[in-house]
Amino acid sequence: MTPLLSVAGLEVRYGDLVALSGIDLEVREGQILAVLGANGAGKSTLLKAITGLLPPAAGRISFDAADLARVPAHRRVAAGIAMVPEGRRLFASLTVEENLRVGARAGRPGPWALPSIYGAFPLVAGIRTRRAADLSGGEQQATAIARALMSNPRLVLLDEVSLGLAPVVVKQLYATLPQITAAGTTVVVVEQDVRQALAVADHVHCLLGGRTALRAPAAGVTVADIAAAYFGTAAGQDAA
Amino acid sequence: MIDAIVQGILTGGLYALFAAGLSLMFGVMRLVNLAHGDIAVLAGFGAVIFVQSAGVSPLLALLLVVPLAAVLGYAVQRGLLTRTVGPSPLPSLLVTFGLSVVLQNVLLLAFSADQRRLPSGSFTQQSVPVLGLSIGLLPLAIFATAVAVLGGLSLFLARTSTGRVIRATRDDPEAARLMGVNPRHVYGIAAAIAFGSVAVAGFAYGTTTSFTPTSGPVLLLFAFEAVIIGGLGRLWGTLVGGVLLGVAQNVGAYIDPAQQILAGHLVFLLVLAVRPQGILGGRAPAAVTA
Repeated sequence: MTPLLSVAGLEVRYGDLVALSGIDLEVREGQILAVLGANGAGKSTLLKAITGLLPPAAGRISFDAADLARVPAHRRVAAGIAMVPEGRRLFASLTVEENLRVGARAGRPGPWALPSIYGAFPLVAGIRTRRAADLSGGEQQATAIARALMSNPRLVLLDEVSLGLAPVVVKQLYATLPQITAAGTTVVVVEQDVRQALAVADHVHCLLGGRTALRAPAAGVTVADIAAAYFGTAAGQDAA
Repeated sequence: MIDAIVQGILTGGLYALFAAGLSLMFGVMRLVNLAHGDIAVLAGFGAVIFVQSAGVSPLLALLLVVPLAAVLGYAVQRGLLTRTVGPSPLPSLLVTFGLSVVLQNVLLLAFSADQRRLPSGSFTQQSVPVLGLSIGLLPLAIFATAVAVLGGLSLFLARTSTGRVIRATRDDPEAARLMGVNPRHVYGIAAAIAFGSVAVAGFAYGTTTSFTPTSGPVLLLFAFEAVIIGGLGRLWGTLVGGVLLGVAQNVGAYIDPAQQILAGHLVFLLVLAVRPQGILGGRAPAAVTA
């Protein structure tokens, strides 16, 4: 079975600075991959490369066995890749419902539409007429996740969902993940909260200074293993 | 005096028509199009060609010129201005300034510096009596057109799916890309609307007064003042600003005919000093509000 997302030998640069190099990863359909690492490890860069916002300097990203190199960012949504960007990035002057409608623009068929979204996210249903700029952090994040789902993606990339949110809110947001994967959607989460990530993920992929420090099935790793990979205290081993 | 105020209000409609596109392009892509007035003049000459050479009626000429201007707007945005979109406003200022100079010189070569005017038939002379004042039918029609254009544009931005995407792209172009929106296409649409609306303005201007290939910069100045007075990026603000500018000019002319334009500039400077965000401007001068 070919993986839904496959990254091979990926290198991304900001000018002379190498942000990512030699990244290989695969995610099978319906699974959850957690990408972990400290600030500046290259997590967000990896997601931006997958969505096409950053062009890779080398390597190959394929989605459903098709090379994405020539697919611009705004066409990747139609292929089934949706992203919840770091910092939510809602359309501030639009209402919540308008944000969701823009999210549905790719016009992909699937289970997610306004009624099903409102059913799955009662919080979002309650604030549908409010302007995105006037929402709390948790409301914004829930709206951002709902907006990404409106495109009925095959792959959702969640960038730093828990950043700046109260633990109870983070818990609520993660509680919606099973509903997303139940629809067959594959998920990549970039997360600072290691315990939260380990609790939901099938696989973990740790980055350190733009390189892979650890890749392993989530069931087999401990927080101590992750900490070692996080800070580079132990030699990065491939436990998979 | 009351007559001057009423005339000023009606003139304000024309200024609003000039300003709407300028405001939209600035609001959506942070781009100040210095060739905006020249596009209006270009549209005026386009209408002159249709009327004089093809012999069509002025109204039909208008219906031909507006879509042509819109197509030109899309093409100019996608082909030229898209390269200037970025964090710095300087490249777009330089490029549109250059475009303005090129347009003026091309028009001079093609049409000479002679004054032109669009025929508006018997419409020009007709007037309706309102409360003892005699109001010209043509300025009234132009004012009504301005309100209709602003209202239509406002509804388009607020209610249609394309309008929603334009507002979303204005808020965050990168996030819009993640939703499958191509910002360059959206900017092209905004430019098409801007060029189309200023073509209406150029046509209306050409029916009320004569114009030359170098009339553009003055029109740009009036549009710019209307935008600033009303509040940067506020669509209905252009009507408020246009009306205030028009009233100031007409009342100024009533007091001293030589100081008509000066009176408008003074009101502009006064607003800039007292309320720099404009009459309708809220907190930050940011968004195009429907």
